[in-house]
Amino acid sequence: MALSIAKPEWMGLRQHGEETYPNECCGVLLGTLDSDGAKTVQAIVRCGNQRSDSPHNRYSIDPHELVRIQRGARERAQDIIGFYHSHPQHPAHWSPTDLEEAHWIGCSYVITSVMNGIATQTNCFELTAENDSKSFRDEEITVR
Amino acid sequence: MKVLIPTPLRQYTGKQSTVDLGPGSVDDVLRELTSRYPDLRKQLFGDDGRLRKFVNVYVNDEDIRYLENENTLVKPDDTMSIIPSVAGG
Repeated sequence: MALSIAKPEWMGLRQHGEETYPNECCGVLLGTLDSDGAKTVQAIVRCGNQRSDSPHNRYSIDPHELVRIQRGARERAQDIIGFYHSHPQHPAHWSPTDLEEAHWIGCSYVITSVMNGIATQTNCFELTAENDSKSFRDEEITVR
Repeated sequence: MKVLIPTPLRQYTGKQSTVDLGPGSVDDVLRELTSRYPDLRKQLFGDDGRLRKFVNVYVNDEDIRYLENENTLVKPDDTMSIIPSVAGG
């Protein structure tokens, strides 16, 4: 499937990664999920990285923040359709930790590589599950 | 009371984003929810019958782990949120 995102939101999540460099940034993608699986991002929500013990290579979003975001999204007829985070000095590809700690099946996980403080590649992966086994599948991003 | 279902679990609730259930303890509510939607049970509970570690349950703005866990009471006007954790490296 594909993830459609407007340029301001696209720039916003990449800029977030530059601002938090050399630490990881993280946030939520809000929007709509079509019956055919296509996702449209309507807003991004910046979140704090709770992993103060190792913020340069780990991230975690406070569940309470997610509760508030989910509740607010519902009032605007939006859904949580994915998440984003950055990989400082590492490629824009999911890590074993990313897969192990990903639980939102069907949602998008956007990863931006930030090299020397500058956002470079941004890639998207959809979390899928088959026979109780999780995997990330490459997902096309369309910047509109 | 109302249960908010997160996006990935809606495939088990007939695409419902919210489910209205009667008040009771969190345990009562989860039992009723998984009785109505049996495929949800494996997503929420491990083989030991306990809530999976990555599944967070909030009553309004309170994490039930800081209240009385599954014994926490949910009142008629309360909203219960089920939120899988979001983390990585």
